[in-house]
Amino acid sequence: MTLSSFVVRNAFRNKRRSILTMLSIGFSLLLLTLMMTIWRTFYIDAGAPNSAQRLITRHKVSLTFFIPGYYRDKIRSIPGVVAVAPMAWFGGRYKDDKPENFFAQFATDPNEYLVAASDKVVPADQVEAWKRDRAGAMVDAELAKKYGWKIGDKITLQGTIFPVNPELTIRAIYKIDPPNRALYFNRTYLEEAVPFFKGQTGFYYTRVASADDVSRISGAIDDLFHNSPQPTKTESEKAFQLGFIAMLGNVKAFILSICGAVVFAILLVSANTIAMSIRERTREVAMLKTLGFTRRGVLSLFVGESVALAIVGGGLGVLGAALLVTAVSHSPAGIGVPGGLRMTAGTMGVALLVAAAMGFLSACLPAYNASRVNIVEGLRHIG
Amino acid sequence: MAIPISYNIRNLRLRKGLTIMTALGIALTVTTAIFLMALLTGLQRAFVSSGDPLNVLVLRKGSEAELSGGFDAANFPTLKNLPGIAKDSHGEPMASGEWVVVIVLPRKDGTGEVNVTVRGMMPDGLELRPKVKLVSGRWFTPGQREVVVSQSINKRFSQANIGDSMQFGKGPWKVVGIFDAGGSAYESEIWGDVNQMASDFDRQGGFSSAYLRATDPVAAQALKNRVSDDQRLKLEGVLEPDYYAKQTSSGTPIKIIGWTVAIIMAIGSSFAAMNTMYAAVAYRSREIATLRVIGFSRPSILTSFVFESVLLSLLGAVVGIILMLPFNGMTTGTSNAVTFSEVVFSLRMTTQVLGAAIVFALIMGLFGGIAPAWQAARRDILSALRD
Repeated sequence: MTLSSFVVRNAFRNKRRSILTMLSIGFSLLLLTLMMTIWRTFYIDAGAPNSAQRLITRHKVSLTFFIPGYYRDKIRSIPGVVAVAPMAWFGGRYKDDKPENFFAQFATDPNEYLVAASDKVVPADQVEAWKRDRAGAMVDAELAKKYGWKIGDKITLQGTIFPVNPELTIRAIYKIDPPNRALYFNRTYLEEAVPFFKGQTGFYYTRVASADDVSRISGAIDDLFHNSPQPTKTESEKAFQLGFIAMLGNVKAFILSICGAVVFAILLVSANTIAMSIRERTREVAMLKTLGFTRRGVLSLFVGESVALAIVGGGLGVLGAALLVTAVSHSPAGIGVPGGLRMTAGTMGVALLVAAAMGFLSACLPAYNASRVNIVEGLRHIG
Repeated sequence: MAIPISYNIRNLRLRKGLTIMTALGIALTVTTAIFLMALLTGLQRAFVSSGDPLNVLVLRKGSEAELSGGFDAANFPTLKNLPGIAKDSHGEPMASGEWVVVIVLPRKDGTGEVNVTVRGMMPDGLELRPKVKLVSGRWFTPGQREVVVSQSINKRFSQANIGDSMQFGKGPWKVVGIFDAGGSAYESEIWGDVNQMASDFDRQGGFSSAYLRATDPVAAQALKNRVSDDQRLKLEGVLEPDYYAKQTSSGTPIKIIGWTVAIIMAIGSSFAAMNTMYAAVAYRSREIATLRVIGFSRPSILTSFVFESVLLSLLGAVVGIILMLPFNGMTTGTSNAVTFSEVVFSLRMTTQVLGAAIVFALIMGLFGGIAPAWQAARRDILSALRD
């Protein structure tokens, strides 16, 4: 019998206990992996390659203030700027004010929006149709699927910020990965219906030629309007999204404390199991020693057992998390996450390493105690 | 006959290490659950306590929040002269036209920038919010570039002490006072004179909302209907408590994430508790058989072991509650889904939260204890004695 098969046999000598331990570690690790994935998406992922080339310019005071429409040409004149699309958050209601019927709506310029947002895939004829129709709208394919919208369908939105209820015709359906479930319509429609919006815009969506230019150009934009009555603040698309996450509260501390609790829980569970199993085997340990196993050998047997359990349980947890992430990222709840949730091999690897490390740590003390068992005492041990 | 409780307690004490570790595992889960429930309770309270049932909030028809409102100031005299409005200290109808804007301020601890609500109001605005008390300094003077800040703004942002100047709009604003809003949504606001604010943000000639104070709750209802029904105004009246009740939806993301986390952790800890209980049963198989021989029935053995598991989880709950106590009353903020600005609230460990936490632990204990207890009760006496 080899050492590894001895470890595996022992790990499963009490099947129920091993399974319960693995399940317990598995659930903890599932949570850990989820938290790590969220952390990664929020703070490490750079977003889509295109996203790194995009800037968002808003009123310096806050997003709720309009900025003048003539800023657009000024921004466009900065070298390195490819396209500038004016955007306004419409924030209207569709059907009723239930949260599940809420989706993002923007008023923009169809002629330039798709140049700035080049990662949205739309058939060329649909783009043309949208550009031609002042009351036309472009919607996300997932959103269209949810409401059963087809090209040519008419929908009515109810304005809450703007006193107008636009009646729109769906002219284009775009695809993007991950889907963002948004609707875009022609800003001319809004300008004509709402006098106070004329010549104004909510924010600018700018695409620059190269990601290296981002900081130079965003500085240049803000310098342009520094001394005007409507100063601006320009940041990269990712930084803009992070701003929304920062507003949710201290997300970093929240995630870290949950991770801490989970890791500690794994340690407790695993230490508990290993302590129980060593206790049962005091006589066996003495026997192993009589057979000539060194203290080190006994120690590594128990540690190996604990690590094996933790890794198998951890593997189950990581798998569960991967399934959950896939499910969530395709559900309505996942749409709110900027950039979309994605599970990577790196995250899985780190999670498994954490599990193994916890298994190792938790076995150290009980195994050390077991390895020190006095042979005669151990042989006499009952229970 | 039931097995005495002291038997279970002594058993838990006998295997101290195992008991402590399992209880700690449960305690961690309970702590997480309490933290989330306290968070939600605090948030709920911030909104629920904000509304004064006598106050009628007037918004533009179709708009859902003060921020997205905005109507012509020419409507204000009409509003002010509606019947049913209480008189202020000068004998005038108590009404306040207000401007609400959102500005971005950096947090003191450097964890990012936050949207903060700034409210410009008429002098009556202070009178119709009697729950808000001045803690230090004085109220702002109409016509001056002065602001008063809430206690939590004072604590969380730099440049928010009395005598400091805050930079927003077209220049500096002098902080002259700090107020206590009693945990309501006003706890996240900065207040100043409405005309100064409007000119600073180029919004003269309009209000984003108006507040009217009715003489009594019945008059408030009538006033609300009168505002909404008036065809000339194109405005809508809402009772203030109803307005804030709608904003509690801001807690939904915390709620969803929180419960997912708590439930996954609870399942994990239940398995651990089950493990401990199975071990307890296995160690004591001869003891259990002896109990049976003495005359204890199967149901009483089942109850006894389930009870032991519940005891274990209760111990965990108590440890969890103690671990969370230092965090009670801690203030934090989240984004308000309706106003896009930060709402500040405190963690509240109310008796309901504690009760729910204990029930939560009990469920874990029951879930973890029933299967092992069932096994203990069903064991054959003879073979167990021979073990």
